[in-house]
Amino acid sequence: MATEIVLISLLKILVVVLTILTCVVFLVYIERRVSAFVQNRVGPNRTGPYGLLQTVADVVKLLMKEDIVPRNAYKAIHDLAPIISIGVALSTFAVIPIGDTIELFGRQIKLIIADVNVGILYILAITSLGVYGITLAGWSSNNKYSLLGGLRSSAQLISYELSMGLSIVGVLMVSGTLQLDKIVQHQTTYLFGWLPAWNMFLQPIGFITFVTAAFAETNRLPFDLPEAEPELVGGYHTEYTGLKFGLFFLAEYANMITASAVITTLFLGGWHLPYVEYVGLSSFILSLVYVGTFCVKVAAVMMFFIIIRWTLPRFRYDQLMNLGWKLMLPITIINVLLTGIVLLILH
Amino acid sequence: MGSNGKIIRKKDLNFWQRMYIPEIAKGLRLTITQMFKPKVTYQYPDEKFVPPPSFRGRPVLVEEQGVERCVACGLCSRVCPALAIEVQASETELEKERYPIKFEINMVRCIFCGFCEEVCPEEAIVMSNEYELVFTSQEEAIFGKEKLLTPIEKLRPRLEWLKNNR
Ligand code: SF4
Ligand code: SF4
Repeated sequence: MATEIVLISLLKILVVVLTILTCVVFLVYIERRVSAFVQNRVGPNRTGPYGLLQTVADVVKLLMKEDIVPRNAYKAIHDLAPIISIGVALSTFAVIPIGDTIELFGRQIKLIIADVNVGILYILAITSLGVYGITLAGWSSNNKYSLLGGLRSSAQLISYELSMGLSIVGVLMVSGTLQLDKIVQHQTTYLFGWLPAWNMFLQPIGFITFVTAAFAETNRLPFDLPEAEPELVGGYHTEYTGLKFGLFFLAEYANMITASAVITTLFLGGWHLPYVEYVGLSSFILSLVYVGTFCVKVAAVMMFFIIIRWTLPRFRYDQLMNLGWKLMLPITIINVLLTGIVLLILH
Repeated sequence: MGSNGKIIRKKDLNFWQRMYIPEIAKGLRLTITQMFKPKVTYQYPDEKFVPPPSFRGRPVLVEEQGVERCVACGLCSRVCPALAIEVQASETELEKERYPIKFEINMVRCIFCGFCEEVCPEEAIVMSNEYELVFTSQEEAIFGKEKLLTPIEKLRPRLEWLKNNR
């Protein structure tokens, strides 16, 4: 029995990691294409049909490149930093429910790698580790721009972690559990009999603040100050080449996928497709539909991430801090209070 | 700055503009509509850009009835800010009496400023519409007379444009 659980878990890990890596490849392609479309260009369209193999070619290029370590860099940490980044980015996915249970080979399998009962805390804890990768990379490169990038990123992540945590509190109060699949289960009901009880509708303020904080946590525009090309060359990864640079790149996009998955799980009803349980599909097909729904929702959120990148300009550093401490933090606290009052009245 | 060129101060913003979210929605609508506008890209190697006559491509020597117009006065070489031109004069039986025995433009140095064209008293050197310049060595980038001489028929649009715009 024990070996069986280990085997199933390993299989799940393999599938999820491979899926994420493949998704990253296509995500980069889609990002480049959509960016191009927004700017009335066509984007990569030569390598393979519709340019689909462009990222593959880029990966090959990155693999072949020489690995340069600056002379005065701290070699061990310089090597360690990208590993931390990518490890953190991939391990967050462990607690995200991809679908309901599925019946395979006469066995009920939960579509979640680790069904821990403090899923949200795990995500918060692991994502805050990500700052080590970036800060250490900036520090060990022995380059002032890298260091500035690393410092900015640690300040940014710490400021926004607070509002991120507090915006989740509202969700936790509504659903009364820390377990992510229970939270999704909670969202499968209906409000007034027709509106899906997604936390997006139950917690609109929390939703907006959480999405904003997620943008900041993933270093995406408008909060990409750690990279800020015009000011910092490339930020924390200026001194990285080849495979190690590739790992940072991968971690960034994997983080984006994870952030989208977390947003989907917490606020957009996770794998649940409204009204589909009334259609009367067999349980196996229903499970597949749920997995598909999850993927579509995550893809939609990622699309939002990409389009926002070309809509909003980068914040200045003081604006970022003002927004984080003077606006987001009070709003999230008020949101927690409001949620508490409403819950008290309802019960 | 607003779209009408007026400066917008923070205190003038109304409540909804301060809330930021509706403004983000407006911005998103703009970016999404842009996505479906026609593209402006030339698919370069397949589809080439043909420049208008006002375009400053690589400088070439005008060839009229089999000989260059140039009288080797050396003005272009003198005015060239990048010191790209080298002219060596010699005598000829033709009416113009002087001709360049050697005329070289170093295309690695040339900055396509068009000063040579402007200064030439004979309208003998003009900017063509060629922009595809590829070399694999420094030596290859030095264009001698054989590469510079261009029949006048090909340069008519530019000469016409020069006549009207100078
Ligand atoms: S275009 Fe300018 S730089 Fe080029 S050869 Fe003529 S004068 Fe020199
Ligand atoms: S191209 Fe014109 S300016 Fe240059 S040497 Fe010949 S005649 Fe003189």
